[in-house]
Amino acid sequence: MRVTRMTKLAALAALSTIALTACTNSAASTGGSSTGTSAGSLACPSGSITGEGSTAQTNAIQQIIAAYNDACKNAAKIEYNPTGSGAGVKNFNAGLVDFGGSDSALSADEHTAAAARCKNSEAWDLPLVVGPVAFSYNLKGVSKLVLNADVLAKIFMGQITSWNDPAIAALNSGVTLPNTPVKVFYRSDDSGTTDNVSKYLKATAPSVWTPEHSKTWKGKGGEGKNGSSGVAQAVKATDGAIGYLEWSFATDNKLGIAQLNTGNGGVELNADSVGKALEAAKITGTGNDLTLQLDYATKAAGAYPAVLVTYEIVCSGGLDSAKTAVVKDFLTYFASDAGQKSLSDVGSAPLPASLRAKVNTAIQAIK
Amino acid sequence: MSTSNLHFATIKHGGDRSFRAGAIAAAVVVVLLVLFVGVFLAVLAIPSLRRDTVSFLTSTQWNVGTGTLQFGIAGLLWTTAITSVVAMILAVPVAVGTALLVTQYVPPRVGSTIGFLIDLLAAVPSIIFGLWGLKLLGPFLGPFYDWLQRVLGWIPLFGKGVESTGNVLTASIVLAIMVLPIVSAMSRNVFAHTPRDHIEAALALGATRWEMIRTAVIPYGRSGVIAASMLGLGRALGETIAVMIILSQTTTEGINVSLFAGGETFASKIANNAQEFDSPAKTGAYIAAGLVLFVVTFAVNAVARVVAERRVS
Repeated sequence: MRVTRMTKLAALAALSTIALTACTNSAASTGGSSTGTSAGSLACPSGSITGEGSTAQTNAIQQIIAAYNDACKNAAKIEYNPTGSGAGVKNFNAGLVDFGGSDSALSADEHTAAAARCKNSEAWDLPLVVGPVAFSYNLKGVSKLVLNADVLAKIFMGQITSWNDPAIAALNSGVTLPNTPVKVFYRSDDSGTTDNVSKYLKATAPSVWTPEHSKTWKGKGGEGKNGSSGVAQAVKATDGAIGYLEWSFATDNKLGIAQLNTGNGGVELNADSVGKALEAAKITGTGNDLTLQLDYATKAAGAYPAVLVTYEIVCSGGLDSAKTAVVKDFLTYFASDAGQKSLSDVGSAPLPASLRAKVNTAIQAIK
Repeated sequence: MSTSNLHFATIKHGGDRSFRAGAIAAAVVVVLLVLFVGVFLAVLAIPSLRRDTVSFLTSTQWNVGTGTLQFGIAGLLWTTAITSVVAMILAVPVAVGTALLVTQYVPPRVGSTIGFLIDLLAAVPSIIFGLWGLKLLGPFLGPFYDWLQRVLGWIPLFGKGVESTGNVLTASIVLAIMVLPIVSAMSRNVFAHTPRDHIEAALALGATRWEMIRTAVIPYGRSGVIAASMLGLGRALGETIAVMIILSQTTTEGINVSLFAGGETFASKIANNAQEFDSPAKTGAYIAAGLVLFVVTFAVNAVARVVAERRVS
């Protein structure tokens, strides 16, 4: 009796050790990658700052924090709580955190509240994380697929049910499309990616995509899978599948990514095409407030329009000097070429140079 | 067996008193915990339930993001019930079969080894079961599902469901494997305690081994097996991560009764969206669903208790 119990315990212990080791390994391989950057241009002040907000930029900001800490040998303590954009803005305006992360720029009312929190200095919206959406597909024998917003909306609303539909064929002349049924996979959990996709479809194909944008998927038909990894796995395993994913999940799983045709032929999803969409965006903020108005329906040549921009919201002045120094230095790294390029690991596209320069000017102007 | 002739008044020693006090305290804490969970769920759920604009019990809608709240649990209740019931149908015969084998057919040493291996299943985390079901079991069973659907598709239970193998049947099979160790371990226990006299009496009357099992072991263990199954059912009803990973969500209105349909259970729905609880109204809606699961599990466990008690008396 005693022997059996001991064996059980030993087996349990062995199992849990294996499980634990597996966990630590995967954590290290996903979170620990940081590109070698010189701390040359960084001041690396000590102090601690806290940010809060958008869940969409969690991975990007964790990556930047890790890389900044590497470069500065952990001189400062920086924390980010991904609680959602609404909570981030609220707590930034209440003075509970030092910077906010948000999927949308401050509204006029929020700007007023933020100015009071920043001791009568303006608060600025700085676009720092650019997250393109990949429409991934799995279709035997088709290695290049071009779609447009209208066709995507029809697919997601269940109006196009076969891959050889004339609407798809019209965009893909010269490609033999099979008559495989279209199998849509979407996120079953509420997510910023879903919100972003529905915003894009609402702006570009409003007559087909009738629901309002929301974090919950409002399309018709298809199957919901948990998380980007669930959608990626399902698309990969199913012939005739299409789903929307954050960019990194599509590339990590080596899935086909549909090109988007905005009127001048198919545009591939890459750093360049995302940059062009951002360059086509209007800056609606004044001075150093860099609120962007993305034109989802842009016809700019070579621009990939299905992009989400998230902001860091900072005080242009009014924080105590120690915190200001850390915020400035951290954001300087965030907006640096090396910082932005390192984000491609987590599925973000780097800011285009012109916009990066503007963001940097704003950061250096923080008092 | 009866407890009515114990007299606490005879307690005199300090050790007895303190142990009794400790035992009572432990029991009180557990009861209070259950009450607190129930009250917590109710308090958070009631404001949202008041604002619900559709029937909470019969609607299959779930719109809790913005504006008016529309949420009902009919779909969740169906998927939770069908996955768990199918899981039990698959698991109980296997569990009882192995329990009989282990206790009646093989030498104790071999039996305990088999029992130990089955118990090991309980040590596998549910996320592993989920990933295994999604990536291996589902795709492996895909051709079998296609065949089943072709042959029996005219029965609604085997009608058209989702395209992938993330369906109710895959979830049920994985749930069956997960509850197997619970049902099997408890069944082994009751069968092992079949009175020697009963067994020997049956054999002395010329019963074969199967007749002996049928007339002595199974009747003796029946209520114990039922209680074990109920405990397993409670586990299946509340299983979260594995179901969440395997089962595909669908947007279709109403309930698809097919085993090949997707869907969400109470627990998987809550877990799937817990990270985005951004308003009290939304949280309340999910908590209300949790409250129903709490009540259902409570009822199942209560039935298990009643059955188990009946065996003792």
